[in-house]
This record gives sequence, structure tokens and C-alpha cells, in this order.
Amino acid sequence: MALAGVARRFGRRWVLRGVDLVVQPGQVVVLTGRNGSGKTTLLRLVASLIRPSRGAIRVFGHDTVREGANVRPLVGILAHNAGIYDDLTAGENLIFSLRMAGQSARGAPISETLERVGLASFEFERVRGFSAGMRRRLGLARLLLRPPRLLLLDEPYASFDQDGIDLVNEFAVHTRSQGGTVLLSTHDLARAAGIPDWRAHIADGLISEVPLEDRFRRPAGGLA
Amino acid sequence: MSKASNMPEMPGPPRWLAPAGWAGLVAFIAAQVTGFLISPPDRAMGNLQKIMYVHVPSAWVAMLGFFIVFVASLLYLWRRDLKHDRLAAATAEVSVLFTGLTLALGSIWGRPTWGIWWTWDPRLTSTAIMLLIYVGYLALRSFTEEEERRARWSATVGILGFLNVPIVYFSVKWWRTLHQVQTVDVTGAIGSSYAISLLINSVAFMIVFAWLVGMRTHVAGLERHREAWLEEQALTRSEAHV
Amino acid sequence: MSAELRRVGAIVWKDLTAERRTKANFNAVVFLAGLILLLFGFAIGPDGQTMELIAGGVLWLTVLFSGVLSFNRSYEQELENGALEMLLLYPGDRRSIFVGKLLANLLFVLLVEVVMVPLAAVLYDLPLWQHIGPLSLVLFLGTTGFVTLGTFYAAMASRLRAREVMLPLLLFPMLVPLLVGAVQATGGILNGDLMGSTASWLRLLVVFDVIFFVAALFAFEHVIED
Repeated sequence: MALAGVARRFGRRWVLRGVDLVVQPGQVVVLTGRNGSGKTTLLRLVASLIRPSRGAIRVFGHDTVREGANVRPLVGILAHNAGIYDDLTAGENLIFSLRMAGQSARGAPISETLERVGLASFEFERVRGFSAGMRRRLGLARLLLRPPRLLLLDEPYASFDQDGIDLVNEFAVHTRSQGGTVLLSTHDLARAAGIPDWRAHIADGLISEVPLEDRFRRPAGGLA
Repeated sequence: MSKASNMPEMPGPPRWLAPAGWAGLVAFIAAQVTGFLISPPDRAMGNLQKIMYVHVPSAWVAMLGFFIVFVASLLYLWRRDLKHDRLAAATAEVSVLFTGLTLALGSIWGRPTWGIWWTWDPRLTSTAIMLLIYVGYLALRSFTEEEERRARWSATVGILGFLNVPIVYFSVKWWRTLHQVQTVDVTGAIGSSYAISLLINSVAFMIVFAWLVGMRTHVAGLERHREAWLEEQALTRSEAHV
Repeated sequence: MSAELRRVGAIVWKDLTAERRTKANFNAVVFLAGLILLLFGFAIGPDGQTMELIAGGVLWLTVLFSGVLSFNRSYEQELENGALEMLLLYPGDRRSIFVGKLLANLLFVLLVEVVMVPLAAVLYDLPLWQHIGPLSLVLFLGTTGFVTLGTFYAAMASRLRAREVMLPLLLFPMLVPLLVGAVQATGGILNGDLMGSTASWLRLLVVFDVIFFVAALFAFEHVIED
């Protein structure tokens, strides 16, 4: 994944002002920065959801603007808003997501996936009553069903108890072990302790690699 | 806080704009002189018929304008160059103006002729519908703040709107003829003096139209120029608020 | 290709399931349609003959005014939880989203008509059952064009601040040929004139439907992005 001179504005406010970033496959990168510093915008740009005002982004060699269709199958995002439908059940939301990806939902491990995220008993419950944490678990389940090669996690620890945090970290580590790449944004580095390979920090619309304190860094030769 | 660097000089108006303005003024005056003084009054309707000299060109020019909006919209979607969007928007504004003028003139002509302010004459009715379609176009633009989204969305509306022009016209025409209502042949008997007046007026209107669109596009370009400079300023300054 | 069909089917299934679960919306639209029919009756009646004359027009205006409410709603569930972004992220042709929503909306409006048209026949004394075949055809053709453009413009209007005003403002002028054609054809059929002009109006509807389905389909990609 490579960003070159990427800038993005909303109205007159520049959120990102010339970001250069290169991430190799098989890495977990943690993105830190204050609230409103542009972490979400960066992730959305990489996911090809929005276009950069300046600069270009390439994901697995494809330009996100011109070759968005090639980028999308490879990317998965867990956003702040889980993007699920209140009037469908948890199971139905997952079935929908499989079908929208062009796959058949028949024989898909819906129940198993829901069990992995701790929502097994809610498979036939409508999402409308779900708490914020439950919704994000469902979002996670959706990603688990179709694991992406580039996993984008936007403040994944928000609304999660320790169980949920562990789930997220497990998933990140698993993705890396399969040769995938993870970009994880958070303002609370402690929760990601032991996972990331390196850290990028956004301030003032610009990005810089910041050395990762040893207590946060992934132990060498440690967790796969 | 040191003063920001000065804005680079604004681009001047295109060279053809000022001569066009003068030419348009001259042509327009000439056209009215011809229309009022030189060509004879109509056999049946007297001097009132002369409204046609401005009503008809106004309608043609508006329609031409909508066609330009159509082409500019297609160009924008293809090239994503905002200058096409500026042209489309400027042309739409001017065309809406001329369409309103057409309707007003048609109405004014209708009153003494048939005793009513509005007739459901197919051409007039189609024109009214086109007016509404493009007013919708302008309303959409005014409600969409993001520049790129505004350009994209209004381009699609401009394209679909123009596709409807022939359909609207024919359906309204069939609708009227079906009920045996008098359809008025507004062009009347085209004698040579009519044709000349009509022609001069058409040319005059086209020049004035081009001048108005040119002016409006130029102003839009200036606005964009200033915006671009402010953007740059915001980009290089820290704490990016303007 | 079958992947795209699956996507279209998924959207139709989702929209209809969500709609079925909150039946409130369907009921509200049906009741509104009935109310509009009554109001027209009060406004234009009580002379039975006049009412019969304008019945076709009343019918179609009621379809338009009540149907228009369903289009913005179709997108609102996407905007609620940021689901629209997820929709855009799935691999595949985004036009499937348009076709899916179009079909779901079409089904919805047709179902409203199933209730509303017999009601109109009762209120305005229309020979509904005699001409049920041709009438169904007109209803289908007219509704298809209406829903096609409605689904298209609502993709934009639902994301604007003045959405209740913008959708009718954008949509209704475009529907004039459809309204004219549908009303004329309906009137013709109800008066027993099946040949001649009615056929021409039906042709107009078909042409309208095809042109705008194709145009909206191609334009949708540009509209659905953020």
C-alpha cells in the first residue's frame, strides 16, 4: 500500500496535507493521532471510499481512483459505524454481506462466525436492540466471513470490553500470519500492545514514523 | 502571523468577450430597429406579431443553451475537468433566464390574441416544463456544497433533463392535437421581411447569449481561482482553518 | 453474471425484508393514497360525470403523490448506520444496487396500487374488472417509469438537506410525458377505446421507460459515490 503526496480537504479545511506512506505486505501498522487528526479519512481513502483531493494511493499495485474495482475485493474495513441494518437480524446481516460479495450464503458458517465473536445467541435477533459493542462485533463477524488482504481498523477498541479487544487483536495477528496487511488506527496505544510492527503518527495533516516503544512493539520472534 | 503571500494575478476575461459584448449590443439594437420600424405590421395581428421577433429567438437560444449544458455535462463526467462544470452551470443559469423570458413574452402575446394569459400550447407548455427541470438543476447545485459532488450530480441531472426534451415536446403535442384544440401556428406567414427580422434577432440573441455565458463562466473561473489560492494557503499553513 | 444477479437479489430481499418488518410504512402510504383519492373527490365532485371524466388523472396523481414517499425512505436505511459505504465497498458492479432498489421500490408501489386502484374504482365508479388486463398493463408501464426515475433521483435527494422538497422538484417535471401518456391510456381503456390512440400512448410509455432506465442505469455510478 503506497500513498504519495496525498491530501484531502473537506470544504476549506485540509484534513490531510501531503501524506507519504508505504506499507509492505505482512505488517501491522498502528496509526496514532488525536481525534479529528485524519485517521479515519486516511483509512477511507485507502479503502477507496473517497478520492484524494491531491496525490495518489496505490493498494496492491492498483490506483484507488482509477482501478477502484480491483481494490475493493481486497480491502475490508471495520469503521466507527458498523454499517449494518437495524431491521435485519444478525444472521441476516451476514447473509446479506455474503450475497453482496457475489457468494452463496448456503452452507456458510454463519452460526460459527457469530459464536466466535460472542453473538451466537443473537443470530435471530434484530439488530435494532443491539448495543454499540454488539454492533461492532457483528461488523467484525462480517470481516471474518470474508477475510480481506488489507484490513483497516478504525478505532477498533471503542465500545469493546477486554474480550472484544482480544478478538480484534487476534484477528489482526491472524491476518498478518496469512500474509495480509493491517492498518489499525487508535488513540489508545496501550490496547494494541504487542501487536504492531511499527507506528505512524498523524499530526497537523502530516504523517511521520514514530519509534515504537518496546513495551508496545511486537516481540521479536514472538506471536506469529 | 505574517501576511500570507499575495494571490497570483487573476486571469483576465477571454479576448473575445468584450468585442462580443459590443457586437451583441449593436446587433440587438439593429434587430429591434429592423423589427419595429422597417418590417411592416402583420396583416392579421398588427404590431403585436412583432413580439415573435424576440419570443422565437429567445426560445431557440434557450434550447441551444440546454444542449450546451448536456454536452458540457457529458464532457465533465468523461474528463472530470471542472471547467466543463463551470460552463454547464453558467449556461444553465443564462438559459433559465431566457426560458423565463420566452414564457413571459409568449404569455404577453397570448393575452391580446386569445384573451387569456396562458394557453396550453405545446411549445409553450414544453418550455415551461423545461424551465422547471433546469430550475431543479440549479436548486440541486445550490444545495450541494461539495464541489466535486455538485459537479457530478448536476451533470447527471443535466443529461437526463435534456434527454427528456424531445419526449416532453412530442407527448404534449399529441396530448393537445388529440383534443382538437386550436394549435396556433405562431410563425405565421413567413414573408421575406419577417425572415430578415427574425434572422437578425436570432443572431443578436445568440451573441448576447454567448456574451452572458462567457461573462458568467469567467466569473465562475475567477471564483475558482480565488478558492484555489485560498486552498493553497490553507494547505501550507498549519492549523488548517481559513 | 450470476454474481451480479445474486447482488441484485440480495438488495431486493434486504429492502423488502426490512420493509416487511416495519409494516408501518406500507400502511401509512396506503392510507395516504386513500386519503388523497377522497380529497380529490371532495375537491372535484360531487357531480358524478365530472368525476368519471377526471378519474384517470386522479388515479395517476395519487400514485405519484403517495409513491414519491417511498423513494427517499429506500435510501434512508442506508444512511442510518453508514451502510451505504459498506454497500459501495462490496466487489462488483454498483449498478446492481440501482437495479435491486428499483425492483424493491417497484414491488412496493405496485402493492400499494393493488389496494388503491380498486378503491379508486369504487369511489369514482370505474369499470375496473371489464378492462383489468389492459389496465394492469398501463399501471405496470407507468409505474415502472415512475419508479425508475424516482429511485434514481432519490439517490441524490436523500442526501440533501431539503430532501422532501428536492425529490419532487427534480422528479415531477421529468414525469410529465409519463403522466400524460398514462392518463390518456387509462382514460382510453376505461372508455373502451382499445385501438388507436391508446396504443400510441402505450408505445410512448414503453419508449419513456426504456430510455430512462438505460440513462439512469449509466448515470447511477456517478451519483451513488460519496
